[in-house]
Amino acid sequence: MTSQLTESHTAYRSAFDQLQRDSNGVNLVSKLRTRGFSRFAEAGFPTTALESWRFTNVKPLTRRQFVAAAPTRLDPSKISRFELENVDGPKLVCVNGRYSPELSNVGALPAGVELRSLADVVATEPELVESQLAQLAHFDDPSSSFTALNTAFLQDGFVVRILDDTILEAPIHLLFVGTGDGDAMSHPRTLVVVGTNSQVRLVESYVGVTDGASLTNAVTEVFVGDGAVVDHYKLLRESVEAFHVGSMHLRLGRSSTFSSHAITLGGAIARNEVIAELQGEGGECTLNGLYLANQKQLIDNHTTIHHAKPHCESHELYKGILDGQARAVFNGKIIVAIDAQKTDAKQSNKTLLLSDEAQINTKPELEIFADDVKCTHGATIGQLDTEALFYLRSRGLNLEQSRDILIHAFASDLIGHIAIEPIRRQLDAVLLQKLPGSEHMSFAVA
Amino acid sequence: MLEVRNLHASIGGRVILNGVDITVKAGEVHAIMGPNGSGKSTLANVLAGREEYEVNSGTVSYDGSDLLEMEPEERAREGVFLAFQYPVEIPGVNNAYLLKAALNEVRKHRGETELDAMEFMTLVKERMNVLEIDQELLNRPVNDGFSGGEKKRNEIFQMIVLEPRLAIMDETDSGLDIDALKVVAQGVNALRSPDRSTIVVTHYQRLLNHIVPDFVHVLSNGRIVKSGGKELALELEEKGYGWIEDATSVPASA
Repeated sequence: MTSQLTESHTAYRSAFDQLQRDSNGVNLVSKLRTRGFSRFAEAGFPTTALESWRFTNVKPLTRRQFVAAAPTRLDPSKISRFELENVDGPKLVCVNGRYSPELSNVGALPAGVELRSLADVVATEPELVESQLAQLAHFDDPSSSFTALNTAFLQDGFVVRILDDTILEAPIHLLFVGTGDGDAMSHPRTLVVVGTNSQVRLVESYVGVTDGASLTNAVTEVFVGDGAVVDHYKLLRESVEAFHVGSMHLRLGRSSTFSSHAITLGGAIARNEVIAELQGEGGECTLNGLYLANQKQLIDNHTTIHHAKPHCESHELYKGILDGQARAVFNGKIIVAIDAQKTDAKQSNKTLLLSDEAQINTKPELEIFADDVKCTHGATIGQLDTEALFYLRSRGLNLEQSRDILIHAFASDLIGHIAIEPIRRQLDAVLLQKLPGSEHMSFAVA
Repeated sequence: MLEVRNLHASIGGRVILNGVDITVKAGEVHAIMGPNGSGKSTLANVLAGREEYEVNSGTVSYDGSDLLEMEPEERAREGVFLAFQYPVEIPGVNNAYLLKAALNEVRKHRGETELDAMEFMTLVKERMNVLEIDQELLNRPVNDGFSGGEKKRNEIFQMIVLEPRLAIMDETDSGLDIDALKVVAQGVNALRSPDRSTIVVTHYQRLLNHIVPDFVHVLSNGRIVKSGGKELALELEEKGYGWIEDATSVPASA
């Protein structure tokens, strides 16, 4: 494994040293940071020599020198279009990786629901998170060096704790805003702990308010208690010039249900990783993803699902719509442990190519050690059905309208699974919008 | 309304239409019959504007304008409707959504106001009664999971809502039982008027008992070889297509 950590990356070393100095004596965190940085320095950024980064070349990102973002004030009007309209739930905002109380609106929280900034928790009650922080987001493997880097710069983000037997109807919105200036980097960190039999809906939005080559390197860890139900959304609406690497690490307890929808609309390079461990019998994990890319975007979705216990189910449906010279990568790994009998795992990746140069690299990886399991996987890649296009035109819709309808139709089953109405509506709008004077649709939501 | 002059068309280099001439006046129903491979569907598809077919020579004038110069959607907005022989399935596109969008395009083109969802539903409910169509069909994705008969009925239903001036039915009767046939014919007949015309492309005479044509043409090897009134269809039924081929000299197609 060759390292891409060169002289120019002494910038990372100085930023790290500065951070440790500024955070005098917060032990839990400073130890984690030291481990993280030492792993990152050793491994460097991942190269295409690593299997899980084979089709995702991060040189455009690694050749830049990112600096820690300075605290930024942001006018609320700049983020209003990213909010969930008509949704009456708590909203927590981070700007460039730092909690912004002025932009947030927590409201009166019901009993059993705790929402706090990570910086606040580690400064005042680190014991609350000591046994969970960094327990799922491993970074020893060189392919996880972005996670190591996030841990090296661990500073702020959110802690969401839902205590046992608590049902929260209104979705919690965690909004991470990047202001995109001056090669700023941020490393937001989120820890979610959902107690036994509890239910929560959580939306993580990563958005940009300007263009610019910023780096958002986010890590989220989720502990799902026995019998709990979690419905999660990750919305990526950063600029098409921004870089985003985000990983979510999950552990599901027995009879728990976790579903996540990753909707990726932005990023020059955007990588979403989900690593799920089904650690209790009867767990159910659904991972859905929709990615729209145009111009020269690269969107990479990597998932790993460990069936560690028997009688668990996992379902994956990832759909992509690619135009221009965009590239996408999908890799779905399923590992079934030797005792994980009666595992039921389904994986499907479908891509719609709208141009001759758009490209998808898609691959399942199955490691099955048990012998009484059902594991199915499939991938399709295609273009718009010319029969269907002609049919729509023969009814009076012009070529552009017909294409829009078929493009929307392609994504419609995924959109139908989204339980949060404003998200569904925003997606419908994105898919049915037309840019005047543009031959193809632009998906960039800048 | 429609004048087809010496139309030659091919697909993938293979010539199918060898000089077709037809004139259809407003208010008339023309049947086009012929053996398999004669070019019936090709003619229907060329009139609708399917790009896979290449027009090698000839002209088609619709209301005085050059139809062949028009994009498929323009033809539709000008009132040309093709009821497909094999309607394609389009999962993810709601039947009602498509029909409303299409109707509003046609209305916009005609300078009429577009209908909102409620107005559309009212119009549609009226029309549904004519065809014995299940209301539930509106909510289903276009032709997705429909039986052959349901697909054909859906074509006629669209036709009834869009009210085209020139309806071209491409073997709409194939695959239908007698009851479904009668319902389809009912729909077509309900639209008959002095300013509307219909071209019924069919292999069998049976449909023409219910949709009585003013003229019958026989297409063979890409040309109209015989034309007549509705009795011609009965004669064909009795004597078979071989009778026509023997009776007329037919040049081999290229």
